[in-house]
Amino acid sequence: MNKPRLATLWLDGCSGCHMSLLDTDERLLDLAARVDLVYSPLVDCKLYPEAVDIACIEGAVSTAEDECRLRSVRERTKCLIALGDCAVTGNVPAMRNTWGTDTVLRSVYLEREALAARIPTEDLPLLSDKALPLHTFVKVDFFLPGCPPSADTIFSALTALIEGRSADLRLNTGFGT
Amino acid sequence: MTAAQILTLTIDGKHVSGLAHETLLQVALENDIAIPTLCCLEGLSNQGSCRLCMVEIAGTTKPQPACVTLIQEGMVVITQSENLRTYRRTIIELLFSERNHICAVCVANEHCELQTLARDLGVDHISFPGRYPALPVDASHDRFVLDHNRCILCTRCVRVCAEIEGAHTWDIQGRGIRSLITADFNSPWGQSTTCTSCGKCVQVCPTGALFEKGRSVAEMLKKRPSLPYLVSNRTREQQ
Ligand code: SF4
Ligand code: SF4
Repeated sequence: MNKPRLATLWLDGCSGCHMSLLDTDERLLDLAARVDLVYSPLVDCKLYPEAVDIACIEGAVSTAEDECRLRSVRERTKCLIALGDCAVTGNVPAMRNTWGTDTVLRSVYLEREALAARIPTEDLPLLSDKALPLHTFVKVDFFLPGCPPSADTIFSALTALIEGRSADLRLNTGFGT
Repeated sequence: MTAAQILTLTIDGKHVSGLAHETLLQVALENDIAIPTLCCLEGLSNQGSCRLCMVEIAGTTKPQPACVTLIQEGMVVITQSENLRTYRRTIIELLFSERNHICAVCVANEHCELQTLARDLGVDHISFPGRYPALPVDASHDRFVLDHNRCILCTRCVRVCAEIEGAHTWDIQGRGIRSLITADFNSPWGQSTTCTSCGKCVQVCPTGALFEKGRSVAEMLKKRPSLPYLVSNRTREQQ
C-alpha cells in the first residue's frame, strides 16, 4: 500500500503549531516512516503538489496570497486539518479585526517610538482588512483547536487519520491554553 | 409547620424525588446528574438567561430551563439528547462570535467557565462569522478592570452586587446585542459612588471580563466566595 501523502502549511501564525508537531520527539520517526511528507516549511519544495492525502494548516488567512494558497491546497487535498487556534478561530492575528488593519499598522510602525518610522511594504503581501479562520473560505475536515495543540493531540489526530479511524475521534483539546 | 411536600419524578430514566419548591436543576444536581449552566450561581437568584440548562420535559413541545422550572409530580425529564447538545453548542458558538474572545492571550485562560464549557461540549470551531465589535476596557478602578470584550452578559456581577453586597453598582444598559454592563449611571467604574470595592463581582464573573489589576495572561484564578454561607450567616445575624 502507498504511504499517505502529508503536507503542512504555515499561513498567518507564529510557527508554534509546527513547533508542537516537532515536539512529538521520537514519535516523529514513527510518523516519518508511515507518511510521505510532500510539502512543508520543513522540506525543500516550492510548489504544492497534486493528490495530497492530508494537509495540516497553521495560521489564519491574512492576505489575498494566503487565500489563494488555501484554495489551491483545498483543491489538491483529500483531508484538510485546521491546526491550532489561528487556523480555527483567527486567534491573535484576528485581534486587528476590531480596529482595522490600517489603524493597527499605523499604531505599531508609526505611532510608537520607532527608529525608522515606516510601514514595511517591500516584498510583502498586503494585509487584508481582516484575519479570518480557514473555514470562512474552504471546507475544513478537522479542527484541532489549541494554542498550540499539544504534541500528543497532533500525534493522536495524525495517526488516527493515517489509520482511517478518524470518524469517532474525540481529542482532549480546546481554545487557548 | 406543615411537612414539606415530597414529589417524585424521572430524570434521564432515574427515579428521583425532591421538595415541591426545588427546581429541576437542584434535584438533578442532588442526584449527580450534570446539567451545564453559565448564568446560574448558587446563592444568587436565578434568571434563566443563558439557556444552557434547557431540558426536555415529556408532554411539552419546547425545552425548558432547568434552573427556573419547579419539579412536578410524575415529570419525565431528559437532560441529554442530540437536540439539546446541538442547542448548547450553538449557544456557546454564538457567545464566542458575539464579542472578542482570544483565549490564548486572555487573563482568564485555563480558568474560564466559557472556555471549559466549549471544550466539554466539543465546540471545536465557531461556525458563525465573528462580529469583532470595538468595545472599551474600563481600567479606571484602582484594583479591578472590566473588559467588555470578554463579557457574556450573564449578570452574575449585577446580582451579586445587588443581592449580596447590597450596593447595586452594576446594571445592564442598552438593548439586545448592544447591551453592556454599566456602573452607576454609566460612569467609569473608578468614579462610582456606590461601589464598595469588595471584589465579589470579580470573583463570580465566569470569564475574563472582570479581573484584578496586574494579572497577566492565564493569571486570573477566581476565588468563588461561598454565597449560601454568607447569606445564611447574615440571616442569622438579623434574627
Ligand atoms: S473570557 Fe474565557 S472564553 Fe473568553 S477569551 Fe477569555 S478564556 Fe477565552
Ligand atoms: S462582567 Fe462577568 S459577571 Fe458580569 S455580566 Fe459580564 S461575564 Fe457576567
